[in-house]
Amino acid sequence: MNKHFSRVMSAGLALAAGLLLAAPAWAAKDSITMGVVLEPPHLDPTAGAAAAIDEVVYANVFEGLTRIGRDGAVLPALAKRWEVSGDGITYSFHLHEGVSFHDGSALDAEDVVFSFRRAMAEDSANAQKALFEPIESLQAKDAKTVEITLKRPTGHFLFNLGWGDAVIVAPESAEGNKAMPIGTGPFKFERWAKGAQIDLVRNPDYWGEAVALERASFKIIPDPAAAVAALLAGDIDAFANLPAPESLAQFESDPRFTVAVGSTEGETILALNNGKAPLDDLTVRQAVCHAIDSQAVIDGAMFGYGTPIGSHFAPHHPAYVDLTGDCAHDPDKARQLLKEAGHAEGFEVTLKLPPPSYARRGGEIIAAQLAAVGIEAELIPVEWAQWLDQVFKNKDYDMTIVSHTEPMDIGIYAREDYYFDYKDPAFVAIMDKLNGASAEADRNAILAEAQKHLSKNAVNGFLFQLAKHGVWKADLEGLWENSPVQANDLTEVRWKE
Amino acid sequence: MGPFLAKRFVAFVLTLLVATLVVFLVLEVLPGDPASIMLGVGAREDTLAALRAELGLDKPAWQRYFAWLGGLLTGDLGRSYTYSVPVAELIGERLAVSLPLALLAIVLSTAIAIPLGVLAAAKRNTAADLAVGAFVQVGVAVPNFWFAMLLILFFAVFLGWLPAGGFTPWAEGLWPALRSLLLPAVALALPQAAILTRVTRSSVLEVLGEDYVRTARAKGLSRTAALWRHAVRNALIPVVTIMGLQFSFLLAGTIIIENVFYLPGLGRLLFQAIAQRDLIVVKDLVVLLAGTVVVVNFCVDLLYAALDPRLKSGGEHA
Repeated sequence: MNKHFSRVMSAGLALAAGLLLAAPAWAAKDSITMGVVLEPPHLDPTAGAAAAIDEVVYANVFEGLTRIGRDGAVLPALAKRWEVSGDGITYSFHLHEGVSFHDGSALDAEDVVFSFRRAMAEDSANAQKALFEPIESLQAKDAKTVEITLKRPTGHFLFNLGWGDAVIVAPESAEGNKAMPIGTGPFKFERWAKGAQIDLVRNPDYWGEAVALERASFKIIPDPAAAVAALLAGDIDAFANLPAPESLAQFESDPRFTVAVGSTEGETILALNNGKAPLDDLTVRQAVCHAIDSQAVIDGAMFGYGTPIGSHFAPHHPAYVDLTGDCAHDPDKARQLLKEAGHAEGFEVTLKLPPPSYARRGGEIIAAQLAAVGIEAELIPVEWAQWLDQVFKNKDYDMTIVSHTEPMDIGIYAREDYYFDYKDPAFVAIMDKLNGASAEADRNAILAEAQKHLSKNAVNGFLFQLAKHGVWKADLEGLWENSPVQANDLTEVRWKE
Repeated sequence: MGPFLAKRFVAFVLTLLVATLVVFLVLEVLPGDPASIMLGVGAREDTLAALRAELGLDKPAWQRYFAWLGGLLTGDLGRSYTYSVPVAELIGERLAVSLPLALLAIVLSTAIAIPLGVLAAAKRNTAADLAVGAFVQVGVAVPNFWFAMLLILFFAVFLGWLPAGGFTPWAEGLWPALRSLLLPAVALALPQAAILTRVTRSSVLEVLGEDYVRTARAKGLSRTAALWRHAVRNALIPVVTIMGLQFSFLLAGTIIIENVFYLPGLGRLLFQAIAQRDLIVVKDLVVLLAGTVVVVNFCVDLLYAALDPRLKSGGEHA
């Protein structure tokens, strides 16, 4: 009996072990599994703001007339070339020949006209409708030529057409793109197991250079510890932006992995309500500015990853001016300024913190720095839904910490009724001047002026540029180190031989 | 049995009705506009209004409540705001993860707890009892997410036997799917097993002191025979009660474990739906879960009757 039992047991154990070990152990060298933190709500980049949509489909499934390259430059995509009239008003785009959508229908100029009209329409759900606002009229000159006339010269128009929100879709499939995206890109959508993963496969009929990967999967892993474990266990090949900066050192010392710390377009700011006392007073805002030590926030909240900024502008951009010295950390000066403004005893404010760790962890450090000069900040953690409602929409806040991740978004300071409540005709004039300029040098000079203007007026506390911490297998190449747009462009990704 | 069932059914319907009303009202006062979450900070007011109209959010609250209730009665759960697919489909996909996971965990914890509990009671105050007591203490004290991380580090990262997380769909075979549920089920089962063991032990001990057990012994049954034939069966009533509660918890209360193993289960769906203000999903899920709890409790009541014949004659029960 006992002998029999033990024989059955050992057979069972052997079987179990065999099954466990029989798990697929081969590393298929023409597929990749990426980890992403957030699941996209749907897969139509022209009908939603979520960066998670672009992280899957941008450049992989959908393409626009232009696209943004890994260094932030504007590159030709569906448009092989274009001409701009001397006054900067008329753009003629020439489309590639032989481009077809994933459902087999051919791409022509009418599809471009349709896509932009759809985005501009009254009932459009495009989250970046403002990108198309300069367009006066659209015309398909012939099957492969589109002419766009603008209301006024718009210097960054070609860049704007490279956003995920401006990709070209087909009239036959546009409505279904949320669940079954049909684009022109090198990968086709295959499957979406909701809450788990999204699979893409190579498009054999791609018009351009074929991609090296046969398959690409995006696994949704919101938890930082789970992301680290999934990388270590080999369940995923790459995390373009690992949500666990505290674990980077561990990966750096592991030869199986490459760690790439790059930059993003995320200016992280301590936003101030410029329309509400006491922060409507420039002297008080300057005091706040001198009270803050950005480097301490980077070290304490971001494990040292991030670049201090002095205005609302990305340090890797050619027009960047280093203004971090203008408002150096100086608690004595901050107290002095508060005294001048009539707040010698300090005051109380609310500091609303959305969920990301830069806000929640950064908020505690900033509250301590503010307390050192006499400003009592009450920390109020909020979810995104509350943040959008209370802070963004109703301006019911004194201070908040948030990262503005759109590229080249200094123009938000000219927006009427934006949540900073910063109303400055002088800044609006600078932005108008920028829109009228098309020469690179002129534009950069105006952008420098704009940065200085915001710094001088201490509109917000400018903290740091969010870093991008990529971790991937050492024999993988071609992933983006920086993210000039929020995307995981897989077109150049391959496994080393 | 007839009036008992009828009474139960009325309670069932009333509970669900109250649940629909409560969840609807709570979500009404919850701040946050689904449209502005979907379109983000760059959206213009006209775009937002267009989306609100598309979602039917521009209608008065009572109209929306009755439209939703009518949908529930006809089996139409509506469409998710964020995913724009039918909610029923979404919940179905998640149930394919959560239900097997909950069952696996409850089977595991029962398989551990009942033998251990009976053993500890039978060998009261011996080394075996002490060892079981220690297991119970550890099982209750160790947070399951931390235990889950240890499991991942050992079985996935160090040994490489099992995936560190994620879920392989059932379509790809029984074993791959089961493989991905194994570690989460163990992590969930441990604390549940610890609690069940303790309940089983004390319940068996109590029954062992009853007259009928003494009678059975007096009739000449061995200690073991009396234990298994008379004591354990009667001792199971409180155990089954706890199991019923645990099952309801396991179905949607496993959000932390689902996060650690990035499993697409009901808990994460609910959490995500709340964060994104996918209100229709939240409402449907809450009603579904309320319904499950009521049904499970009803099944537990039926089990009482099966376990203890005295309860059939209408006597009081726990």
